[in-house]
Amino acid sequence: MKWKREWKPLVIFTAIFLVFFYLPVGNSRFNDSIIEAFRLTKWYAREHILLCLVPAFFIAGAIAVFISQESVMKYLGSKANKILAYGVASVSGSILAVCSCTVLPLFAGIYKMGAGLGPAVAFLYSGPAINVLAIILTARVLGLKLGIARAVGAILFSIIIGLLMQMFFPDNKQDEEKQAIVIPAESTHRPLWQNGIYFAVMVIILIFANWGESDRVAGIWYAIYSYKWLITGVAALGLAVILVKWMKVVLWKVIAAVVPTFVLALAFPQNPLISFGAGVIGLSLIINSTKGEANNWLEQTWGFTKQILPLLFFGVLVAGFLLGRPGHGGIIPSHWISNSVGGNSLGANLFASVAGAFMYFATLTEVPILQGLMGNGMGKGPALALLLAGPALSLPNMLVIRSVMGNKKTFVYVSLVVVMATITGMIFGAMF
Amino acid sequence: MKKIIILGTGCSRCNDLMENTEKAVKNLNLDCEVEKVSDLQQIMKYGVMMVPALVIDDEVKLVGKVPSVEELKDILFNE
Repeated sequence: MKWKREWKPLVIFTAIFLVFFYLPVGNSRFNDSIIEAFRLTKWYAREHILLCLVPAFFIAGAIAVFISQESVMKYLGSKANKILAYGVASVSGSILAVCSCTVLPLFAGIYKMGAGLGPAVAFLYSGPAINVLAIILTARVLGLKLGIARAVGAILFSIIIGLLMQMFFPDNKQDEEKQAIVIPAESTHRPLWQNGIYFAVMVIILIFANWGESDRVAGIWYAIYSYKWLITGVAALGLAVILVKWMKVVLWKVIAAVVPTFVLALAFPQNPLISFGAGVIGLSLIINSTKGEANNWLEQTWGFTKQILPLLFFGVLVAGFLLGRPGHGGIIPSHWISNSVGGNSLGANLFASVAGAFMYFATLTEVPILQGLMGNGMGKGPALALLLAGPALSLPNMLVIRSVMGNKKTFVYVSLVVVMATITGMIFGAMF
Repeated sequence: MKKIIILGTGCSRCNDLMENTEKAVKNLNLDCEVEKVSDLQQIMKYGVMMVPALVIDDEVKLVGKVPSVEELKDILFNE
């Protein structure tokens, strides 16, 4: 036998054998955890996928197609205004990148060929931390406060960390011969106000379709709640008009998509998911059969979906198994979690940020994991600390960063993120 | 002989571009070498910040895009 080649399958088989040999089937804690995994996944499938994630994927896809990357990169080039560069770098992560595999080349590019260390670090931090999908899902699952704290925290963090890095390493010599950045050619230009309306309509659909029931049956929030589907429907009609007017979709196709959606909404008023689903399918079909931007939009949307959904699915299953749902424990004993990250002590916040910094979270999986941790007694402060340190850093991405900017700068960057996440966590925990 | 290089960090879109390019080369019966470069330092040398990218004879042709096989055939044919 060729051991050099065959040892891998052997090790895998042995490992699987041992897992099943000792599998504690029948143990009530283990059985409960398995059930919890499925319950949590079912809850995500029912509550979050269709109304929240699907529109969010369409928005992320639209951002990738309709916001010109050229116009953003202009502010991060070597001749860019430094102050402006920090501002743009801190928010452009939400526009340019969804996963760290696209963030790293951009980071290396801004550092080596563009605006330099500070803005590059600002971008590196904000890229994975404030992407649209992550903020939307955080706000939806973990609560609006934590969602907003995450977005605002990430933007402020990225600017402060970028400035501090530039301050610590001021005489950062860049390569003398700067390579010119190659920027993708523009195809079409749409006026800013059209893009603005287009994105506003989609955001309105996302927000109102997910409008939660309020505790009281009166007042403005309840009024909005009772009209949420009407508002969502009007916004959807607005999107239909935009498709015809600006995206050159043929009128009869749009009508063919709108009519079934409308009929289903009237036929099943108690179950808006049916009509919503029909609308999504109709939209996908008509933009698929329209050449150009519209088709590109669907392709990007599908690309994100393909990239993120499988990982999220496994992330939810594993989080459900390990941590359970709020109120129901998983395989990990609750007191472990409440002991290490419960309350709002310095230790809890520090532990959460260090653990977050080294752990690798696939895009969006930090949300179910945190939900489980919080359900088992993790404090709000440590939760925010983990959100601020977690997605931006992981062991694999530290290694890549090291190869770009060296040991010393990487060490300082990681320490800055951990220290600031800890402090911010403590402040947030004390306030809420 | 043309030298075609795909720049990518190993994401799925990069693999798509690699596949499509190989198909296009095969369809056109071109005598080309398709190579993949995934080292970040190397990618920077081309001035590319958005992956995947397509380089033909040291000239960057595409950045951050995955065209279909047909579109790639057009690009290769014009070279």
